[in-house]
Amino acid sequence: MLLGLLILLGCQLIGELLVVALGLPVPGPVVGMLLLLSLLLLTGRRVPEALRKVVDGLLGHLALLFVPAGVGLMNHFGLLAREWVMLAVTLVVSTAITMAVTGWLMSRLARRFSAKEEL
Amino acid sequence: MTSFWVYFSARPLLWIVLTLAAFMFSRWLNKRLGGLALFQPVLISMVILISLLVATGTDYDTYFEGAQFIHFLLGPATVALAIPLCDYFDRVRKMWLPILIASLCGVFTAVVSAAGIAWLLGGETRTILTLVPKSVTSPIAIGIVEKIGGYPSMAAGLVLITGMIGCVIAPRVFRLMKIEDEVSRGFCLGLSAHGLGTAYALGLSGMAGAFAGLAMGVAGLVTAFLVPLLVSIVGF
Repeated sequence: MLLGLLILLGCQLIGELLVVALGLPVPGPVVGMLLLLSLLLLTGRRVPEALRKVVDGLLGHLALLFVPAGVGLMNHFGLLAREWVMLAVTLVVSTAITMAVTGWLMSRLARRFSAKEEL
Repeated sequence: MTSFWVYFSARPLLWIVLTLAAFMFSRWLNKRLGGLALFQPVLISMVILISLLVATGTDYDTYFEGAQFIHFLLGPATVALAIPLCDYFDRVRKMWLPILIASLCGVFTAVVSAAGIAWLLGGETRTILTLVPKSVTSPIAIGIVEKIGGYPSMAAGLVLITGMIGCVIAPRVFRLMKIEDEVSRGFCLGLSAHGLGTAYALGLSGMAGAFAGLAMGVAGLVTAFLVPLLVSIVGF
């Protein structure tokens, strides 16, 4: 388990360092994810048991990790109260359109791609 | 009694325990109510905790001193998304072209629809700029909003609300648009509702989770490059 934590935090640390050093526009953990993926692919895709245990724990409760940031909305009651109609309509409609377009496109493209492969 | 409260409420431990307890209770309640999407655990936890903080006159900074230990885990959890990606890498490699096309079109739709609707409804420029990166994971969204001149602290909140909305509307969108395969479901969840959508997709299946994590990462990258460009073209 400790090895798993060390791998995750180590990749994140290197990711953060790369972001600062190269001035990348993406957050460190995303670079860390790409780093860990490359490492795993290079070493024959064997995920160490210790790493898998930690990852299952973290990703199994991913939603919990968003709660502290969500509570931060209490600092924006003013703006929310003033513009809530505009914000609510924009967020709901735009998210629905985005999800529909992306999902529709992906499912059609995926079908076409797998059909082509079977030919 | 009051002095006890003053003592404990200032310790980080209290707010970690309450955050955990609120989340476990919310999950239990959600299950009792038959997994009703509107009573999503994150949303109920937020309502409980905010009510508690307001009722006890505790400010967010005090709460965050404890809750930051939970918040911190978002970093390693993001790195951890490499594991489902690695598990399903053959599928990802085969699908690289659909992934690329769907990401570009999806991000473009997200950005233009958010800005367009907010503008039509008479939103101020700064609020519109804050809404633009709402579909990407909060650290990227905050960075983008800082760059283009919105309200960074507000962006994190809007991103979260977007994530919750995404999880609530997902089953309906899937039914309406006949999105039936796990790959597409996961992918559009991650693209439109970032980490919360990914958490939801991980509950559907490992494959959906892998593609959601991938979509979240790719969407973040594309948005980080696309939005500053679009803003300079439109010229806000």
